Amino acid sequence: MNDQRVSPPAMPQGAVVVIPMYNEAAVISNVVTEARSRFATVICVDDGSSDNSAELAAVAGARVVRHSINLGQGAALETGIRLALMSTSCEYVVTYDADGQHNIDEAVDMVQVARLKGVQVLLGSRFLGDHSGLSASRRAVLILAIWFTRLTTRLAVTDAHNGLRVLHRDAAESIRFRLPGMSHASEILGIIAGGEFSYSEHPVTIRYTNYSRAKGQRSWNALNILYDLAFMSLRSAS
Amino acid sequence: MIIQLLLLGSLAGASFVLIRGKRSLLSMLLRRFLTLAVILVGALAVLSPNSVTTVAQAVGVGRGTDLILYVLGVTFLFVSISLYLRLADMQDRYVDLVRRLALHEVDPHAHIENEDSFDRDRP
Repeated sequence: MNDQRVSPPAMPQGAVVVIPMYNEAAVISNVVTEARSRFATVICVDDGSSDNSAELAAVAGARVVRHSINLGQGAALETGIRLALMSTSCEYVVTYDADGQHNIDEAVDMVQVARLKGVQVLLGSRFLGDHSGLSASRRAVLILAIWFTRLTTRLAVTDAHNGLRVLHRDAAESIRFRLPGMSHASEILGIIAGGEFSYSEHPVTIRYTNYSRAKGQRSWNALNILYDLAFMSLRSAS
Repeated sequence: MIIQLLLLGSLAGASFVLIRGKRSLLSMLLRRFLTLAVILVGALAVLSPNSVTTVAQAVGVGRGTDLILYVLGVTFLFVSISLYLRLADMQDRYVDLVRRLALHEVDPHAHIENEDSFDRDRP
């Protein structure tokens, strides 16, 4: 019977959250609990953590996969995506960061938007939404990366490196990361361009905390990213 | 000068090999052929140092030792690239292994598709 009381927030069907994690014992419990409040299936990939992230994630209700050794965030994402795709009921894979920077409600919105719009890849963008605390140097570096991404992949993407994405099964199945470290974000763009998957962007807010800032990428790593993008485009051109 | 063409051509070739990344049986043959050639040419150069100077001058290099240095530089570049590609391939394989182990621990009875994360066309 429907009544006037507020119903619990909707839980998207057919969507699985994949969280790659590495030594996130301080925050993973909260992140997983929050994710589980909106998504039935949350997969955490423990990328060879030396702390007890895996146990904490499991206790919070995540399905945990453990890499025996550290392989990098891209490899962890790929493992999580493979596991998610093993269930035929999985239509969408949501990639989500372990450090608490993302907002699970926005992830839910993104799944709904992806369904409605029928896009195969929905990329979160902090430049469409609101953000606080992004330093001037980080912003300058990001803008440079975006321009370069547009040049090398011909994708009109405003946020080149955002961990919150919704991938339809078709696109997720094409994920094969070849470059090490943090290059996977650039590689996803290459996969979208190469596979001609439909894509769109959605505004997301990023919670910058002292914890996430300390763990964040160094600005000079942008040069590595530029190299990756150039190398990728040369390789696909050859 | 001929030597400039040869060196630039070698650098271009090395860049192409690196970017292509694909290791084929043809490239393996080429590598084996070049290895043998280097050994033979090396033996000849040791036995007849004057011939090195002659060849050097023919391609526009002043001294025999300079030519040997250039050849050494190019050889080193190719060897580095070849090793890098093989290491990258090996890394892909061990990532795949760790992934299979991880997924197996989650569900020992699940069938893991043979969609490897490394190039299947690499021998």
